[in-house]
Amino acid sequence: MIVNSIKSFGQYCLFMTQVFRIPDKWREFFKSLVFEIYKLGVDSIPLVIIISLFIGAVICIQMTINITSPMIPAYSTGMATREILVLEFSSTMMCLILAGKVGSNIASEIGTMRVTEQIDALEIMGLNSANFIVLPKIIGFLIFVPVLCVLSMFMGLVGGWFIARFTDMLSVENYVYGIQSFFIPWNVYYSIIKTVVFAYIITSVAAFFGYYVKGGALEVGKASTNAVVSSSILILLADVILTKLLLQ
Amino acid sequence: MIEAKHVSKWFDGQQVLYDISAVFDSGKTNLIIGQSGSGKTVFMKCLIGLLTPEEGEILYDGRRFRDLDMSRKRQLRTEIGMLFQGSALFDNETVMGNVMFPLKMFSTLSHADQLKRAQFCIDRVGLKNANDKYPSEISGGMQKRVAIARAIALNPRYLFCDEPNSGLDPQTSILIDELLSDITHEYGITTIINTHDMNSVLGIGENIVFINKGHCDWKGNDRTIYKSTNADLNGFVFASRLFKEVKQYLERKYED
Repeated sequence: MIVNSIKSFGQYCLFMTQVFRIPDKWREFFKSLVFEIYKLGVDSIPLVIIISLFIGAVICIQMTINITSPMIPAYSTGMATREILVLEFSSTMMCLILAGKVGSNIASEIGTMRVTEQIDALEIMGLNSANFIVLPKIIGFLIFVPVLCVLSMFMGLVGGWFIARFTDMLSVENYVYGIQSFFIPWNVYYSIIKTVVFAYIITSVAAFFGYYVKGGALEVGKASTNAVVSSSILILLADVILTKLLLQ
Repeated sequence: MIEAKHVSKWFDGQQVLYDISAVFDSGKTNLIIGQSGSGKTVFMKCLIGLLTPEEGEILYDGRRFRDLDMSRKRQLRTEIGMLFQGSALFDNETVMGNVMFPLKMFSTLSHADQLKRAQFCIDRVGLKNANDKYPSEISGGMQKRVAIARAIALNPRYLFCDEPNSGLDPQTSILIDELLSDITHEYGITTIINTHDMNSVLGIGENIVFINKGHCDWKGNDRTIYKSTNADLNGFVFASRLFKEVKQYLERKYED
């Protein structure tokens, strides 16, 4: 298993050296880039909005229920909701969810191209297929993922605001005061940095699994599942390392 | 002209090609035939450069493929057209988009000229009213035609076809064979067709190489194949009762 892991890592590194080359035609690259930004990024907006809105609301309810001590100020519910959203949810949890959507999409698309010989067709034409197919996906998602991260933070806070506004659990004034209290701007940057790293993991790992599929439709499905599992594990590992490096 | 000299190939220590040498002439339909699993697809992939043979060499009009640097290999690849078994059309492109693709990537033509050239190729393969359709919206035979149009878009010097008739009805198969033969003669292309379709063998086999269990067992053409005493070849080509009768008919015809 260890030998296989080392082999796969070596193969992944070689694959990346093929991906990060100068595109054959810039015009075609930019066309693909815009398409991928739309497909991987813009198409993920509804999912990010819905999940963030509901999770923000749930976090707010949980904080209100659990922070009952009269020693703790009422606005701390808003503050805790903000911290959870900014520090972990909008970066790590959101990327774990996107690994499922975006990662499986990339792995299955590239895997299907492999088993239907479309990648061979590109190679025969003299194109660097890894660069042509994968680079726009990686760059496109890296460009758009900070937008998704900030949108997730905002919608999560809006979800909490709905709880304050439409229930009697806490007042809107306390909630709004809480989400502004003791705010550390660096936490937002930290979250965005993490998201960009996670986006790279999601796209490159999924592309790797898709690109080296052998067999037929069944193997494409397996590659898609493996891509999601592997990228999720790597995201969690990277989360620990980045938190230690950036917040200590 | 493409030459294969003493090509041998192994996979995981198991030899699949044994010292194969063959010459594929320009302006002729060259056929590689053999049973499923005989190694003909591996041999073709070695010829194209998708696989690297452990021994032997491939020469494209005297240019040794192995010795070419990356930029020359890429240049050579623009001279190659390939028709895949499953057509390998790009799903997210229309018929016109598929044929335009190599022109967009490699030609220096203006957009208007690219469109003109793509339309010429689409017309040449006899496709009508299909420009805006996606591969999933057209039949298998039409997909093959689109793949041929894409393969000839850049005026290739070499055309490779991997089982072009698989999955097609006999009538469409004959049309595809005739189209490949016409294009080969019209443009003087070196065409190599990997097939186990007997209609193709007897219809367009101007130069035939028989691969059997990884060995090159026989070479000839559609006029000499019926005379062959190679038992494996006869067993493969004239396996059915119909083709046994065809063989007897051909023997009588050419003896007369």
